[in-house]
Amino acid sequence: MQPTFTWSGVAPALPEIYLAAAICVLLMVEVFFGERRRGLTGTLTLLAIAGGAALTLACAQVDARVTLFSGMYVADPLGTVLKLFAFLFLALALLYSRAYLEQRDILRGEFYVLALSALLGVFVLVSANSLLSVYIGVELLALSVYAMVAFDRTSGVAAESAMKYFVLGAIASGTLIYGMSMVYGLSGTLRLDDLAARLTEAPSLGLVLGLVFIVVAVGFKFGAVPFHMWLPDVYHGAPTAVTLFIATVPKIAYFALAFRLLAYGLGGLTGSWTQMLAVLAVLSLVVGTVIALAQTNIKRLLAYSAVANVGFLLLGFVAGTPTGYGAALYYMLAYVIVTLAGFGVVVVASRRGFEADELEHYKGFHARDPMLALSMMVVMFSTAGVPPFIGFWAKLRIIEALWETGHLWLVIIAAAASVVGLFYYLRVVKLMYFDAVPAGLPATEKRTGVRFALGLNALAVLALGVVPNPLLELCERLLG
Amino acid sequence: MITLGHMLTLSGVLFALAVAGIFINRKNVILLLMCIELLLLAANFNFIAFSRYLGDLDGQVFVFFVLTVAAAEAAIGLAILVVLFRQRGSINVEDLNEMKG
Amino acid sequence: MHTMNENVLLAIVLLPLVAAVVAGLFGRAIGRAGAHTITIAAVGVSCALSFYVLWQVTVAGVPAFDGPAYTWLVSDGVRMQVGFLVDRLTALMMAVVTFVSLCVHVYTIGYMAEDDGYQRFFSYISLFTFAMLMLVMSNNFMQLYFGWEAVGVVSYLLIGFWYKRPTAIFANLKAFLVNRVGDFGFVLGIAGVLYYVGSLDFSDAFAAAPALAQESFHIGQHAVPALALICICLFVGAMGKSAQMPLHVWLPDSMEGPTPISALIHAATMVTAGIFMVARMSPLFEHSEVALSFVLVIGATTALFMGLLGVVNNDIKRVVAYSTLSQLGYMTVALGASAYGAAIFHLMTHAFFKALLFLAAGSVIIGMHHEQDMRRMGGLAKYMPVTAVTCWIGALALVGTPFFSGFYSKDAIIEAVGESHRWGATYAYWCVLIGVFVTALYTFRMIFLTFHGPERFRNAAHAGHADGDAQEEPDTASDHGHHGEAPHETPLVVTGPLVALAIPSLIVGFFTAGPVLFGSYFQESIRVLEGNDVLGEIAREWHGPVAFALHGLMAPTFLLALGGAATAWLFFLRSPALADGVARRLAPLRTLLVNKYYFDWFNENVIAAGARLIGRGLWKGGDQAVIDGVVVDGSAAAFDRIAAASRFRLQSGYLYSYAFWMIIGLAALLGWFLIAG
Repeated sequence: MQPTFTWSGVAPALPEIYLAAAICVLLMVEVFFGERRRGLTGTLTLLAIAGGAALTLACAQVDARVTLFSGMYVADPLGTVLKLFAFLFLALALLYSRAYLEQRDILRGEFYVLALSALLGVFVLVSANSLLSVYIGVELLALSVYAMVAFDRTSGVAAESAMKYFVLGAIASGTLIYGMSMVYGLSGTLRLDDLAARLTEAPSLGLVLGLVFIVVAVGFKFGAVPFHMWLPDVYHGAPTAVTLFIATVPKIAYFALAFRLLAYGLGGLTGSWTQMLAVLAVLSLVVGTVIALAQTNIKRLLAYSAVANVGFLLLGFVAGTPTGYGAALYYMLAYVIVTLAGFGVVVVASRRGFEADELEHYKGFHARDPMLALSMMVVMFSTAGVPPFIGFWAKLRIIEALWETGHLWLVIIAAAASVVGLFYYLRVVKLMYFDAVPAGLPATEKRTGVRFALGLNALAVLALGVVPNPLLELCERLLG
Repeated sequence: MITLGHMLTLSGVLFALAVAGIFINRKNVILLLMCIELLLLAANFNFIAFSRYLGDLDGQVFVFFVLTVAAAEAAIGLAILVVLFRQRGSINVEDLNEMKG
Repeated sequence: MHTMNENVLLAIVLLPLVAAVVAGLFGRAIGRAGAHTITIAAVGVSCALSFYVLWQVTVAGVPAFDGPAYTWLVSDGVRMQVGFLVDRLTALMMAVVTFVSLCVHVYTIGYMAEDDGYQRFFSYISLFTFAMLMLVMSNNFMQLYFGWEAVGVVSYLLIGFWYKRPTAIFANLKAFLVNRVGDFGFVLGIAGVLYYVGSLDFSDAFAAAPALAQESFHIGQHAVPALALICICLFVGAMGKSAQMPLHVWLPDSMEGPTPISALIHAATMVTAGIFMVARMSPLFEHSEVALSFVLVIGATTALFMGLLGVVNNDIKRVVAYSTLSQLGYMTVALGASAYGAAIFHLMTHAFFKALLFLAAGSVIIGMHHEQDMRRMGGLAKYMPVTAVTCWIGALALVGTPFFSGFYSKDAIIEAVGESHRWGATYAYWCVLIGVFVTALYTFRMIFLTFHGPERFRNAAHAGHADGDAQEEPDTASDHGHHGEAPHETPLVVTGPLVALAIPSLIVGFFTAGPVLFGSYFQESIRVLEGNDVLGEIAREWHGPVAFALHGLMAPTFLLALGGAATAWLFFLRSPALADGVARRLAPLRTLLVNKYYFDWFNENVIAAGARLIGRGLWKGGDQAVIDGVVVDGSAAAFDRIAAASRFRLQSGYLYSYAFWMIIGLAALLGWFLIAG
């Protein structure tokens, strides 16, 4: 163990250090200028994100795997790529939601500071190499997100959903550390690389039971059935700008959580946790798909769709092979890109005093705003897995990985669920294109900058589907 | 003689008490927060027991972190509670059901 | 010119797409004239090029084209690409598709003149042409599937374009859901090909077919022949698209649509995709007797039983719709008997005479001021001579009168089935024979009720509107709503196409039967094994179209058709009272037919209701009753809970219920591993 700090012992962690510093600076800026210049913190946050991305690129680990801080922290190509994506997704989410916040008089610096500290949580998780840093990352992210959900202090439903999220999230944290304590006790180490090295023979029963607690926590974070109950309520109750955030950026962290903790650290127990995840994944696919059929609120609809998508994503882990993890990573990235556009449309279509969150509000959307309707249609097609959109490749990859490992039944269930899913995704398209516009809906947001970004986002969903190779190969190289 | 088994049993009981408290309690949200503390305590107990048994300090360090995080968590939880009370005029768990479906 | 030009092929496919995009996105900018000019020009050029390609492969002897045009993705050795396979089969289909599509485009100018969605409609039908071309020209399963789905989506858009009523949306949904079932089978079939062959290219799959016939697929202890499984899965897709029993339920409803245009698309083009697909896959199907028998039986059942439904229907358009189903059954039977050539030939002749019948029905409806019930027609021949004569020609072709186009294709199918020794062939043979009688019965029933006999429309009054069949026909006649007025012949814009279609309905079979059916027209594009070559058997007795027709005059099929026509004459023209008597005597059978064999009833009340029940049970029973009611509160309050909980759905909204679920999940997983480990 190194007693002294050297530059090379700190340099790979610069993105996190930079982010922590940026949070402090922004807090100060908000204190001194926040009242006078409303949008200042938001603008500075976007600049900080740009700077952070540049810094992350500059100290990127191209092919080496470096551990720092007594093995608490790991820097590797996967981490770098995930961090860059997190920066990108956060920037887009903040860009889309700015007008929304402004119109509800909640455009305050705290929102941006909380978003950045959640991002820091994501980073810590992405680079975690110890049970302790995993826990710190999970909590940093979760606590920031709880606060964000309750951020609009005038909204009763937001407070209610924040409370539910908080209590259930705390139970999940409790099970996570309870499981960690058992793994620690029976293996004698907190470091994930040591764990990976030590757990080579058949696991003891205690270890498997500890694993159950950890899987429950991971399932909760993803929103897998039966630990999904917070998800629809929170997506629905939170201000849409916050929903946009929590539906996207944290997914990167949850992928990292599953990968670093289960696939890497507890790789010796793959046989056990794949069985557990298979059950959760199948339940998620079935319940998410079926319940989504009955929804009338688009935020809830997308929430249940998220549950079903989580089922698919977890199936990538169930395969238990590098190909499967690669497929899961690709699925996660595809899902986040699509979801950004989906909730982006909902955010942009909302106005002061009007939440565009009922399906009813999307009747004849094409006539009201062709460009947003087109973006939403792309989102729905992609989520449904229609070629040539990106969602098609994501689903195909998962199914390929399952096929290779001989999970025939899971392939059939996954295919059947996506066929049923088609129905409600296309129902939204039908609403937008064939139904008459209800009276009394306000015009949509017309700011060109936001619409341009949203259009590019939707275009990316198509473009990445037409030219899927670069991203697919990237995912394969990172985990293959 | 108190063995590791005793310790683990105690922490298991604490854990069970905590989760039972969370879903049996219908009245006060503050009770929920207390149950959550109990839940974290159960895990802490485990860590300390294992740490002592293994002769390894890492587990106890972990406990310090958990305690710190628990404090932050309580702060956030109480803050949400305040907002909730202002909006609803009640901190009754049974009143928290506007979101469903 | 000795090879096919890749750019010509690309142009055929891409022109309609470009036109569709332009008309769809810039419709407002280019205006109505702009929209129809650009789409018609594009499809016209595409049609001309298709005929050029057809000339190339048939007359000029250019070898078939098979190659990639653009590679999409190479993954694990699986190539996904846009590629074309253009041989004689494809070239024929391309010509049919683009020609019908061109007609539809032209017809639309007049028909849609008043509609707000003019540009959009042109965009859709151009897009449809593109999708259909992608389907028929593909050389790999990926692209076939793309075209397959795209055709479905556009047809969905077209149905949705017209319908504004809730019942119609239901029909729309039905089409969509039924096709999902079919497509699911199709996808499984493609997955099977990928799994066993490791390639999505037709050429690879066909080459591997003989070897594949030896493979088997294990489900538990049971070994299932892999090729049969793949072929049946693929055919399930065809059953959805080509409306074979029991996946036929969507077609009559969607054809009931207000416009002959959508009927045309559904009758002459889209539904043939399934037939084409099986013919294209002949190298696979040929190696699986089981799959072919399956095809044979399904087709025969459809051919006979859907025809019977036409006998009891009173809506003129529905009769034509059921006739389409029955004829699709005939094509499928031909496929099942390995007479692929006959199937494609019947597809072609059917496209002509069925389009004719649809347009004639449309013409009658216009002439009758939007009346569709044949019981309120009669004696129309006097008022609408052109429609009556052309309709007669279509009907004669449909029942298979010698020398008419339908005769050559249909008789070839029936003889081919007679020659076949496959399992189920006897059943199929009887079905298609009786089917001939049934076809004549419903066809002439329609003719007699509509064009001959007493003029029942005079006392029909205004009952038509209450019938629930009120269609949203664009008002081509200004005197809409004046029931009881004398019917009139329709204007030239309607009768013109009738005459234009009547001519090929008469003669096209006579001139093409020789080469297409018995010649070597299809060469390598359709592969038939030595022992299965039923068409070859018949070909030995082929002495030219005249001899075939004269022979047909003596054959039992013609007698059966005559019998059907005579029965129709007796019951519906001579003494309708007799028909009523028979109907009363056969009341149970009639009820069965009127209710369409209870397929819809079954779907509605068993499948759909079951799904609804499960859904309701999940949230009511699962969450509300068991968790909140029984486990948490004790069973005493459970019933009160259920009543109160009807406000809630799966999620009760209560924190403790959520927490309880989490703990249940945790406990279940713990218990599982405690017991297992």
